[in-house]
Amino acid sequence: MLDAGAPPRTQQHHHHTTDRIPIVSLTDEATGTRTASPTSSPARRSRRAAEARAGYAFLAPWLIGFFLLTAGPMLASLYLAFTNYNMFAAPQWVGLDNFVQLFNDPRYIQSVKVTGIYVLVGTPIKLASALAVAMLLNTKRRGQGAYRSIFYAPSLIGASVSIAIVWKAMFIDNGVVDQIGQFFGRDAGGWVGNPSMTMPMMILLTVWQFGAPMVIFLAGLKQIPTELYEAAEMDGAGSVRKFLKITLPMLSPVLFFNLLLETIHSFQIFGSAFIISNGTGGPAGSTMFYTLYLYLRGFADFRMGYASAMAWVLVVVVGLITFIFFKTSKQWVHYSGETK
Amino acid sequence: MTATTAHQTTRDPVLGGQGPDDLEASAQLRKAAKRRGRVKSVFFHVFVLAVTVVILYPAVWMLMSSLKPTSDIIGNISLIPTDASFDNFAKALSGIGGVSFWTFFGNSLFLAVMSVIGITLSSTITSYAFARIDFPGRGIFFTLMIATLLLPFHVVIIPQYIMFNQLGMVNTFVPLLIGKFLAAEAFFVFLMVQFMRNLPRELDEAARIDGAGHIRIFRSIMLPLMKPPIMTASIFAFIWSWNDFFGPLLYLKKPDLYSLPIALRLYVDQTSVSDYGAQMAMAVLALLPVLVFFIIFQRFIVDGVATQGLKG
Repeated sequence: MLDAGAPPRTQQHHHHTTDRIPIVSLTDEATGTRTASPTSSPARRSRRAAEARAGYAFLAPWLIGFFLLTAGPMLASLYLAFTNYNMFAAPQWVGLDNFVQLFNDPRYIQSVKVTGIYVLVGTPIKLASALAVAMLLNTKRRGQGAYRSIFYAPSLIGASVSIAIVWKAMFIDNGVVDQIGQFFGRDAGGWVGNPSMTMPMMILLTVWQFGAPMVIFLAGLKQIPTELYEAAEMDGAGSVRKFLKITLPMLSPVLFFNLLLETIHSFQIFGSAFIISNGTGGPAGSTMFYTLYLYLRGFADFRMGYASAMAWVLVVVVGLITFIFFKTSKQWVHYSGETK
Repeated sequence: MTATTAHQTTRDPVLGGQGPDDLEASAQLRKAAKRRGRVKSVFFHVFVLAVTVVILYPAVWMLMSSLKPTSDIIGNISLIPTDASFDNFAKALSGIGGVSFWTFFGNSLFLAVMSVIGITLSSTITSYAFARIDFPGRGIFFTLMIATLLLPFHVVIIPQYIMFNQLGMVNTFVPLLIGKFLAAEAFFVFLMVQFMRNLPRELDEAARIDGAGHIRIFRSIMLPLMKPPIMTASIFAFIWSWNDFFGPLLYLKKPDLYSLPIALRLYVDQTSVSDYGAQMAMAVLALLPVLVFFIIFQRFIVDGVATQGLKG
């Protein structure tokens, strides 16, 4: 029931959450159709062959795309990661050199640090804001739908070049944020040029886009049966207890989904950092995010092998994080069947 | 923030219709609850309005600044322009380096419309294979398709760039569009597979008994029923293409091929620190189609996020 496409037979066991909660069951196979019976007469066999032909015919565009644009390039970049390649001369095998260099490259270390802080600080703040506002909006009061739309809007435009330009202009010296700071007696100067202030500025930009996870939280909150809260109140439970014992466990599948997607998403921030730092990752490397450094290495320095090595480290890290999320999810993600 | 919701103030399960004492007590309790409800309501509106102001501020600031001369933007806290004018817009519309604004706009529009067409065609066909045809290897391919959802695309861009460069396709729109026609954006395929799996199978079984093949079933039965996910996918395909920065940055290097985000970046580079007013006007113009889309389709977009987990 937790993914919209679960086969119907599993849906009837779950009453409280609908099939609309956007949890991706990533291990789910395409189980929608009936498997052919094991006894195979010639007629049945030819029918199955026809089905297989039809299947591959319909899948052809995706298959071509998958091998041409995903699987092939992935293998190619895995090979390139062990070479030096500048697009002009043939790739030169260097073994693990690129990886060894990575960990001795202060700019690379800086990019890992910057991205790590961004993910570890930005994502929790963003999700906490999303949850808090979703809980506030989860009432039957008028205007809820309008607020939901307004709060969502930044998620749609937040990653655009336009907003990056606006953000930059708001945070320059004597810009509007500085002016507001001065009004409250704190003249911090421009955030854009100050290496210790660019990270808060970037985190504010991502937190500003809390709307997408908020909308998903809100959909999850609506699925929690009110009887649970009523029963808890009769037992004398306070708000904190209700939050910890009902809201959080019931919401954990949605929380899992948001946390996984936002985390993976945060690792890949590029456009806004590129615009705000003018493609330099400055000042003092404070906006040198991982993918920005990858881009500069690959497409400004034409060190394609080095950039490929960076890309593969990113894939492995994201893969590991995804793996850990799924492994630990058994401990903290509760599906409604268990909490009932 | 507490977990309390509106129903607690209007409905209390403890208070049933009991004796007269209970009734009086319950009336008092209800009054207290009502008062609490009002306080909460005020709190709700104050807080929500505060959030709204914070959320809207950057957008309003952008809009207002686009109407001001630069000297009014920096070092001036007031939102309202002292003398509003469209000078900035005239400047922005006059283009960059001899290329008209409308060229960039046209490029962006072409890319977005082609994205919508490509994604609609390829994702519906692919999703039909996954959801409705039983063939060996389907499970594995479906898992691989899902895996690409979480794959950082940076791992493929370098070989892709090398490939398109060797094919002489840098400075064409092909690298930006080919993936859309080959269902490379797994999210849309996933969205449609989910939708199609929930359609009753009796529909296609009845058609099969009548002798219809997969092409007929796909075209005459599935496609007409797929309007909602096609609509959602089209809206997001358009907006994502419109806002895309990385792809055009890699592949479009001639100004007359630039999409709006790349043109905007060039504009910022060129005007440097000096002309924030014109930058804001250009930013407004570049965002305008997205905002119009949002206003028209907001219900659809937000519900799509709520039910499908689509990101912004």
